Amino acid sequence: MSDDQPAITLYRLQACPFCERVVRVLEEKGLNYQSRFVEPMHSDRDVVKRISGKRTVPAIVDENTGVTMSESANIVEYLENSYEGAA
Amino acid sequence: MVDFEVVELPDHDAPAVGDTAPDFTRPLVEDEYWEDASLSDLTDDGPVLLVFHTMDGAFPATYIWNNLRDRGVPDDVQAVGVSISSPYEHKTFLAEREVDARFFSDPAAGIATEYGIENDLDDMAGITEHRPAVFLLDESREIQYRWVAEAWPDFPDYDDVAAAVSDL
Repeated sequence: MSDDQPAITLYRLQACPFCERVVRVLEEKGLNYQSRFVEPMHSDRDVVKRISGKRTVPAIVDENTGVTMSESANIVEYLENSYEGAA
Repeated sequence: MVDFEVVELPDHDAPAVGDTAPDFTRPLVEDEYWEDASLSDLTDDGPVLLVFHTMDGAFPATYIWNNLRDRGVPDDVQAVGVSISSPYEHKTFLAEREVDARFFSDPAAGIATEYGIENDLDDMAGITEHRPAVFLLDESREIQYRWVAEAWPDFPDYDDVAAAVSDL
């Protein structure tokens, strides 16, 4: 939204444990991210579908690498590998 | 409208035309998601019509936004609402009213304090909301037009609002 928007955007659902799992890793690594909170109703999450092809959250868009990804285990693994030693 | 005196609101302390509107950051709700955003993020993109209104379920919120929508105001300027309603309620309101606007969620009414437009609601213990008010801001957040409710309820002159937007 602003010019200083973080490179990582996290699509998340309030109180979703899989999303919080990703947040924990982002925080541990000291990575800047911007959260976009989406609809609890799976069928209404068109914005997530458009960016990732699926309606599941969490999903991240990382402009540092051009990666868009869903599934918390995959995202955690991606962050661990891409930002090894960060923070 | 009615054949008796409508209840007046006390004096307010809102910024005036020519003042710089205070900046703030809150969750900004659009049709598909919400994310933290600053008022200055929006004014950086162009003028903003900042509309403080009652919580979303109350009829004045519906009246104000229906009237702005029907005059096409949100087509001519970034239209931005603020109320104490949660992001979930904002999403429902925007979808149901088909209003092309984005709403900030300010449940603790901190922005009402910042703008000097708090409205303590009678017999709703613990709830303060924003007194209805409209500010038209240019790209530097300078106030070009202002309306602040003086009665309860009170509504802006929508033609004046539309004219102020046209004059930008």
